[in-house]
Amino acid sequence: MSKVEKLTNGTTGGPVFVYVQNGKIIRITPIEFDDRDAPSWTIQARGRKFSPPRKTSLSPYSLAWRSMVYSPTRVLYPLRRVDFDPHGKRNCTHRGESGYERISWDEAAEIVTHEIKRIKREYGPAAMLATPGSHHLWGHVGYRHSAFFRFMNLVGYTSAEHNPDSWEGWHWGGMHQWGFSHRLGIPEQYDLLDDALKHTELIVFWSSDPETTSGIYSAFESTPRRQWLKELGVKMVFIDPFYNHSAGLYADKWFAPRPGTDNAMACAIAYVWISEDLYDKEYIATRTVGFEKWRDYILGMEDGVPKTPEWAEKESNIPAREIKALAREWGTKKTMLAAGGLGGWGGACRAATGGEWARLMICLQAMQGLGKPGVNIWGTTQGAPHNSDFLFPGYAEGGISGDIDNSAAAYRWVYRMKFKPTRSSINSPMGQHIPRLRIPECILDGKYEWRGKGFCGQSIEAQLHQYKYPADGYPEIQMYYRYGGSFIGTMNETNRYVKAYQTERLPFVVNQAIWMEGETRFADIILPACTNFERWDISEFAGCLGYIPDSTCQVNHRVISLQKKCIEPLGESKSDYDIFALLAEKLGFYDVYTEGGLTELDWVRRMFDASDLPKYNTWEEFFEKGYFVVPIPEDYQPTPALRWFAEDRKRDTPDWGPHPESQEEFGKGLQTTSGLLEFESSSLKKFDPYDEERPVIPKYIPSWEGHHTTELYNKFPLHLISPHPRFSFHTMGDAKDSWLNDVRDHRILKEDGYYYWIIRMNSKDAAMRGILDTDLVRVFNERGEVVCAAKVTERLPPGTVHSYESCADYDPLGKPGESADRSGCINILTPARFITKNSSGMAPNSCLVEIEKLEAPLNREFSDEQKLTVSG
Amino acid sequence: MNKWNLVIDVAKCHDCNNCFLACKDEQCENDHLPYAAAQPRHGQRWIDLLPKERGQYPRIDVAYLAYTCMHCDNADCMKAVENGAVYKREDGIVIIDPVKARGQKAIVDACPYGVIWWNEALDLPQKCTFCAHLLDEGWKAPRCVQACPTGALIFLNVEDTEMQRLANSEGLELWHAEFGLEPRVYYRNLYRYNKCFIAGNVALKDVDECANGANVTLRDGSGKVVDLAVTDNYGDFKFDKLEKDGRQYRLQVEYPGYTKQEVGVEMKESLNLGTILL
Repeated sequence: MSKVEKLTNGTTGGPVFVYVQNGKIIRITPIEFDDRDAPSWTIQARGRKFSPPRKTSLSPYSLAWRSMVYSPTRVLYPLRRVDFDPHGKRNCTHRGESGYERISWDEAAEIVTHEIKRIKREYGPAAMLATPGSHHLWGHVGYRHSAFFRFMNLVGYTSAEHNPDSWEGWHWGGMHQWGFSHRLGIPEQYDLLDDALKHTELIVFWSSDPETTSGIYSAFESTPRRQWLKELGVKMVFIDPFYNHSAGLYADKWFAPRPGTDNAMACAIAYVWISEDLYDKEYIATRTVGFEKWRDYILGMEDGVPKTPEWAEKESNIPAREIKALAREWGTKKTMLAAGGLGGWGGACRAATGGEWARLMICLQAMQGLGKPGVNIWGTTQGAPHNSDFLFPGYAEGGISGDIDNSAAAYRWVYRMKFKPTRSSINSPMGQHIPRLRIPECILDGKYEWRGKGFCGQSIEAQLHQYKYPADGYPEIQMYYRYGGSFIGTMNETNRYVKAYQTERLPFVVNQAIWMEGETRFADIILPACTNFERWDISEFAGCLGYIPDSTCQVNHRVISLQKKCIEPLGESKSDYDIFALLAEKLGFYDVYTEGGLTELDWVRRMFDASDLPKYNTWEEFFEKGYFVVPIPEDYQPTPALRWFAEDRKRDTPDWGPHPESQEEFGKGLQTTSGLLEFESSSLKKFDPYDEERPVIPKYIPSWEGHHTTELYNKFPLHLISPHPRFSFHTMGDAKDSWLNDVRDHRILKEDGYYYWIIRMNSKDAAMRGILDTDLVRVFNERGEVVCAAKVTERLPPGTVHSYESCADYDPLGKPGESADRSGCINILTPARFITKNSSGMAPNSCLVEIEKLEAPLNREFSDEQKLTVSG
Repeated sequence: MNKWNLVIDVAKCHDCNNCFLACKDEQCENDHLPYAAAQPRHGQRWIDLLPKERGQYPRIDVAYLAYTCMHCDNADCMKAVENGAVYKREDGIVIIDPVKARGQKAIVDACPYGVIWWNEALDLPQKCTFCAHLLDEGWKAPRCVQACPTGALIFLNVEDTEMQRLANSEGLELWHAEFGLEPRVYYRNLYRYNKCFIAGNVALKDVDECANGANVTLRDGSGKVVDLAVTDNYGDFKFDKLEKDGRQYRLQVEYPGYTKQEVGVEMKESLNLGTILL
């Protein structure tokens, strides 16, 4: 037997050791540090010393990677849809129903580049639409901001811009209270672990499940920290319609408001604080503006409705006396508000009421002296001791693209790389772009208007800018270049996305895919991509940065890993970089794309050289060991987030913003016009003081889909919440015949051999419908139908049902886009409507459904052979 | 000599499945001869997690019982076997010989814990090896323990007398001690899986406030006091670690200035009594 090699790589859920033997991956493990690695930090608090484990943690999906690499659903060869002829009949309406046949790479690249040239010639470059999925692979060279942007910027394209899908309410709402546009409305989190261990008495987790969502990319790094806080006697209260997995470990009390009514609860808490004098009046007077107007609203002087606990009980179903008890506890203890899992974020912000929720969370903590010792908005996932001086970029700094418009490359990275950066006039505010959430409308209707281009971090006002499709002088979309995970599982009302494929209005579709699943089956040409275990790359644990500056303060040790090419690409699959280079060659810009023929490993070396890594180890040392642990300075002094603001000092944290233009005196105060935390938003007042959906002061506004929409509620009486999934990262990890399918709480294997997606419902709701645990059920509303397996539980109140979003596959039982889906794309049911008319974000958690037991056996109108022919 | 033991804390497990997936990663489609043949891609659970929800909305708790081969010192599988195909190593680990055990389905049926799996394609019984092939290479713990992020799984290499001392001093329990098989897997907080609770809430009707500090007394059928509790600021109380034996209890709630109340309970499963209004 040949020797086992121990290599390194990286994933969305942590860096890994990869054991390889005979050209096959045999094992993937976390990284256990050795004595030569930098020492761990220690925090002293309340008579104890706290230090993290000497290893990295891993997310469940990272441990399942070997089964995904060697998945039977891997696309191993370039494929052409059998009834697609670029020179004859295209049969666009057959997409999703036709099979595929194997073609050569040369033929595939020839068809794709021939179409790109034709479309450029006939319509112009903006007629090609392209967009990646989120987070399907890891590594700064191969990442979407990097290899993908570099290619697309050179060829020219209309970008389908990502919405801030995990923090909508903070982006469209919270930003107007306190700025932080450079963080998309989310606050800085520096050193809040130190602060909490020393001072905090109570943590309120509101729509927050850090054990499930891992901050972002940071696996279980923060788990020991919550255990320490618990050991110190810090009380933990959870507010979530679902008894989530963090609650399962830590909850001293659980409140499950009716979805969409969190804001009524928030208003009632403020009511108690005002009427019982339980708030920080000095802070309100000196660090905030507009409180009086908001106070009058809370007390009912504006609309005649005092926002009492009794009023909130009717909305939320939470007993008034318990709201009072919570308010008194919160108002008398030093309290951290974990509003969402990253310090910001949270399912409650992805709802019709999401913008107001984020705003109200900020207002509540302002009343308690946000920034003072032990009092902050802190998701418990960031804020570990952190060396911010050590420069290694995050993926959002653009990698090899140098795109200063659509990544954070301009902040520091592009100057370090010594290369020719790329940018595109089309993918800019004065060019043409569309919202990812409105791809179907743009393709099918040919026109659309909205506000905001993607992540609007440039300023508070950027999100207010109005755009239209087609932009003046730009063409309609003729071609769609799709890359990464499926939107049928991740966007909203997603039968729309299926229909957008089955139209002659879209003459050509390419999908650059690793697996045959979800949207892949709607392409005319499929280009087989390999995973990041089959190519070279470099990355850092939880290193996104960009709009999450110092995102690596989530992890206990900054770990930068060389992502070694562990095995050869399977079949004829290629790395994304090599695919783009091949197309660039046929389009005449190979030398520009590859800077004269650089390989991925050459780019890795260039990134190494441009970072601070050479200050600590040579390339040879790094290459040999495969990872580097960034040391913490011995004289490290914590600078807790927003303490400077509470104390009206110049900012002393390493945060990247805000931009000097937005501040009276640079480094002092917030980004708002007043520089203070604004109960009454000056930016909204300037924009539209009469916007009733997003008023200048945050309010409880009943959901546009919920218990007050009586006609709909009578037909579909169950509130569906669909949080980010636990066992996959978006679509990464799900389906693909991976081991995750065998996780009991991910999918349920039924007698027919099919792994069904799970919907969770209260025992009373199940009993009323004659549904038993693991029964197959139809989940439906006017937007569509999904077949799921029921899990009968007490983790939800009656009337609320729960199913994670992000199914990777799509398996219609009849006509695609018009029939029930068996694979579990719960987002077929969620509304396409934006949060508010001026907040172009998604609101999946404002969704009403009905559930029935599935009585008849499932019959498919299409055979497997018809649907999926991958000839080899 | 030192032997291996696994200590599982039921209260620290939140069902992340890292143990289950790390086991898959180590064993699926990987032969580790002579310790074990490869586990098939699907269908076997060498380590598994059994979920347990207790109570009714909104007073519930959840727990997960991780379990694997118990590596019993008095293992039934070893008694059921022919030709010594199941053997105990000096370090306590029980191994099913992947060659000698071929065709012996009786090994699967012998285990009352149900942790031995039948591989139809290989005609072979299979189970957890505590990753003995890695321990023999110098690893300090099996893959499941390495991947556990909460510290719910602890792997100990100690002498049996030391393990007994630890079990006694820390209140570790055996799962199904009544089988008498002398397992090497111990549990902490097993009550979260196999015992019941009575939870409730006390409120003051006239002022609509939570009763903070109400005294709640739990008595058995003979009137003997079983346990005492004091409500918290939400008026919540909870009696835990009760047997699921159908016993009758009386619960008395007292709060200064209010008439005391009594509630009868039959202990069939964990129970949320809801709000008791004084």
